[in-house]
Amino acid sequence: MKVEQISIFIENKSGRLAEVSRVLGEAKVNIRALSLADTSDFGILRLIVDRTDEARKVLQAHNFTVNKTEVVAVEVPDRPAGLAEILQILDDVQINVEYMYAFVERCSGNAVIIFRFDNVDEAIAALLGRGVNVLKGEQVYEL
Amino acid sequence: MIWNDEFETLPREALESLQLGRLQAMVQRVYAMVPFYKENFDRHGVRPEDIRTLADLQRLPFTLKQDMRDNYPYGLFSVPLEQIVRIHASSGTTGKPTVVGYTRRDIDNWSEMMARSFVAAGAHRGDVIHNAYGYGLFTGGLGAHYGAEKLGASVIPMSGGNTRKQIMIMKDFGSTVLTCTPSYSLFLAEAAREEGIDIRDLNLRVGIFGAEPWSEEIRGQIEETLNIKAMDIYGLSEILGPGVAIECVEAQSGLHIWEDHFIPEIIDPKTGEVLPAGELGELVITTITKEGIPMIRYRTRDITRIIDEPCICGRTHRRLQRMSGRSDDMLIIRGVNVFPSQIESVLVGIEGVEPHYQLLVSREGTLDILEVQVEVNEATFSDEIKILQELSKRIQKEIKDMLGVTCKVRLVEPRSIARSEGKAQRVVDLRNQDSGGA
Repeated sequence: MKVEQISIFIENKSGRLAEVSRVLGEAKVNIRALSLADTSDFGILRLIVDRTDEARKVLQAHNFTVNKTEVVAVEVPDRPAGLAEILQILDDVQINVEYMYAFVERCSGNAVIIFRFDNVDEAIAALLGRGVNVLKGEQVYEL
Repeated sequence: MIWNDEFETLPREALESLQLGRLQAMVQRVYAMVPFYKENFDRHGVRPEDIRTLADLQRLPFTLKQDMRDNYPYGLFSVPLEQIVRIHASSGTTGKPTVVGYTRRDIDNWSEMMARSFVAAGAHRGDVIHNAYGYGLFTGGLGAHYGAEKLGASVIPMSGGNTRKQIMIMKDFGSTVLTCTPSYSLFLAEAAREEGIDIRDLNLRVGIFGAEPWSEEIRGQIEETLNIKAMDIYGLSEILGPGVAIECVEAQSGLHIWEDHFIPEIIDPKTGEVLPAGELGELVITTITKEGIPMIRYRTRDITRIIDEPCICGRTHRRLQRMSGRSDDMLIIRGVNVFPSQIESVLVGIEGVEPHYQLLVSREGTLDILEVQVEVNEATFSDEIKILQELSKRIQKEIKDMLGVTCKVRLVEPRSIARSEGKAQRVVDLRNQDSGGA
């Protein structure tokens, strides 16, 4: 039920994002979803890719600082209040969303949103308990 | 183990009487042979015969690096050039280099002091000494080389640079002792890792590191990363080169300065007053056996204190505390004295933080701005912004707590702080560019 995400430390200077995508492209790693969080000094690039370990290895070989984290991919009904309902479920059990971002592809007509929770297992249990579809890692990498 | 039992364990009284005799002869000699010293002594109203006790040394004027530049290249030599068998010079990054000359006896004494230093640091005959100090005008390479040969060890004259080859030779030749700058030892370990070699698996047992200031925390890191005992050696070309003082492996605390060849003093760098025993200040050294270019009360600019207590190793020569920076490396940030080594000790005290840092000093209007750049590694990195921001804040707070100076902390990518293969450049001071001062 968990999805592996890699995050990369990026200094705020020109060409660093291009370098990440070049390195991944040369290793034939396909980016499935991404989000960039930034401050005035640095940014954190978070990626879901089709081959996580390979991506991590080639980026480290190019001296990038890379971490792997577990996130959750949730199917969200693509209609008004679709997201609000999901967030309400999480709020009911007092689970914090650290950050979230949308997946490019859809799944069975629904949107897919990547969540980073402070408590992953409880979040998954709460969502499943309320009938929400949580995607498996393999499904996400191949979307 | 002790290389020269007789001189290294001489009772204090005998050692001091030997010092006085040698000092008196030295003062006579420079007064007669070196016009600079005669003029300088005369100007300060002191004559060689005024030196009746060791305490009278304080009556003599200091010698500065600038005096060496003013007498470039051979003006301070106290023997004719025919007796000089070796010439070394400093890099001379600011102005002319400083030039030093050695007689044959100077080279013998230097080799003896380096051999003593190797033994004190735990090296012995049968060791393979991998000497990665630069060979050339810099005293490091040849100084360590001659000492290693005198000791009877097998010395590999690697010199600096060509890191991949260094690692191959270290592995294939079975090097047991490494001599280089502390920052280069970590650079070597990192480069070895990139070659797929764990430097901990090699035969290295002891590292003898000098030529740049380093902290106790960095020592811990080097010992862990290279799986060796890391020993601190001190020297400067104006006085000798490497081998002026060395830590003993027994105490690994403070560096024995060879007092049968040198007299150390500690002064207040601002007033020039000699400080009471045990106080921290600038190290001043007088050479009492040097023939080529004797130095009377040379101001080293290095900050240390003299440790008076007897050492468990049995040597009677007093110890200098690990150098805590240079009086001219000292940054004055908004009126506060800051040594880069203090910031280093804060960083290494925070779990996971790398000791790879750079200080960037600039001025906005009349305000000094200190930016501390710290590399982010996998131990400190997080996918959450707030955790990295907390790290920045924590570093900022701990520096503020220690120094009373508020700095800006900037997290940077690993290896974006230039790793020099020689001395680590820790400070970039942009203030001098607009003021033209300092």
